[in-house]
Amino acid sequence: MSNTTESSAVSYTSNPADPTPGTIEDSGQGSPRTGTARVKRGLADMLKGGVIMDVVTAEQAKIAEDAGAVAVMALERVPADIRAQGGVARMSDPDLIDQIVESVSIPVMAKARIGHFVEAQVLEALKVDYIDESEVLSPADYVNHIDKWDFTVPFVCGATNLGEALRRITEGAAMIRSKGEAGTGDVSEAVKHIRTIRGEIAKLSALSRDELYVAAKELQAPYELVAEVAREGKLPVVLFTAGGVATPADAALMMQLGADGVFVGSGIFKSGNPEARAAAIVRATAQFNDAAAVADASRGLGEAMVGINVADLPAPHRLAERGW
Amino acid sequence: MSAGPTTPGAASGPTIGVFALQGDVREHERVLAALGARTTLVRAAGDLAGLDGLVIPGGESSVMDKLSRLLGLAPAVRAAIDDGLPVYGTCAGMIMLADRIANPITGQQSLGGLDITVQRNAFGSQVDSFETRLSVPAVSDDPVDAVFIRAPAVLQSGPGVDVLSSVPSERLESGVDCGLVTGSVPVAVRQGNLLATSFHPEVTGDWSFHRYFLDRVVRRGP
Repeated sequence: MSNTTESSAVSYTSNPADPTPGTIEDSGQGSPRTGTARVKRGLADMLKGGVIMDVVTAEQAKIAEDAGAVAVMALERVPADIRAQGGVARMSDPDLIDQIVESVSIPVMAKARIGHFVEAQVLEALKVDYIDESEVLSPADYVNHIDKWDFTVPFVCGATNLGEALRRITEGAAMIRSKGEAGTGDVSEAVKHIRTIRGEIAKLSALSRDELYVAAKELQAPYELVAEVAREGKLPVVLFTAGGVATPADAALMMQLGADGVFVGSGIFKSGNPEARAAAIVRATAQFNDAAAVADASRGLGEAMVGINVADLPAPHRLAERGW
Repeated sequence: MSAGPTTPGAASGPTIGVFALQGDVREHERVLAALGARTTLVRAAGDLAGLDGLVIPGGESSVMDKLSRLLGLAPAVRAAIDDGLPVYGTCAGMIMLADRIANPITGQQSLGGLDITVQRNAFGSQVDSFETRLSVPAVSDDPVDAVFIRAPAVLQSGPGVDVLSSVPSERLESGVDCGLVTGSVPVAVRQGNLLATSFHPEVTGDWSFHRYFLDRVVRRGP
């Protein structure tokens, strides 16, 4: 097992030539590391092309998993009910999260209030796989978001535009979702936000270096991050979409507009046939460029969620305006 | 998304399909293209024609299984494996290649071909996901960067399977049936035309496993 690199490199290994693998040495230096940016952003990479579904019970979580969800979002009330019932919306009951974690083997996400780092600490202790610092819940801090670098568990955050996305990444978000308007079944805000973010990235790519300094100032984001996005033509983390997706065609629309994947909140379990609708949205997300397949997935799903037109929502009830 | 990028001089390189139903498809495309391969996305049985090799990326194995059967891709890939198509699976790709899954979701199947039993999420939840460097002498003289994300592990493997690298079994989540595992648990294996890793070299910038796949499995070099 010994060789000349042993002292500097980890030998976290067994030698295949060795008939008794299991002689393990670990120099300490470079021993396994958890919670690195690569590990956090990596899980989001693995979710690409998939559908993440809001669930409020272990039974719903199982239905979502069986229908092909790539992950579930555990919460107490779906956004449509939060909207209807009002009141302060908070992190879910730990018992509920435990039940959902135990009922499925796909990743489980859960929501913490904006700025509520103790809710996030609790969710990390419950071993959820991702935390959504979410405008769907009532904000706990109207000035500061959570310092997400402080955690081993990765975070996803919402954004309505590029500056907001970059500020969240600066705070340590490992995944971004466009916000849309949750709980409405109206996809127009999701479309607006993903088009805005993608359009702003494209614009950035056309700027010269001296112009990027001003762009960074206007985006209220660090110059290095802005320059990186301009150079790469994309965010350094995965960009999903959320808020208002209710049909297979909605999901395919968001994918064609450049989303890496889709969050579906109220759209599934507020519809007439959740099992069928969930599977259909999964299929349309995977085959988003194949109109015949999306047509096929759209057949016979029963009633979609009723929905609310975002234009009819008075401004104080628009969740996307929470967070900054 | 568009078909994979090509690089100058890639015309001489092998054509490698990337199984593109879900997961980190782009990361694999990028590495393969940088190594001179032509890449093409595989979403239907017809996309398998003319391939010199196939990569099954990381992602959620239960979703890949469901979609691959729904779209009729699963039996076609299995037939190609049986015909000797070189295939490299990372993480979920390893699960898809495994003959046996210790903890499938209800009704979950795999493509199979690799005589191993895998445990999904063997190392625990995301907070236990980790990166490390592995010694893999068959693949690289230097330690290989390896990112384990809710990774599977090989609990048991048949006599035809070469174990290329292992990690201490104490890293396994408690509750994983270690009856089959002693001391160390394999995380990189090869059986003939099939290569599989529990971890994701494609997100690290370390190309040694992809180079090994192209040179030693696809081109059958020494």
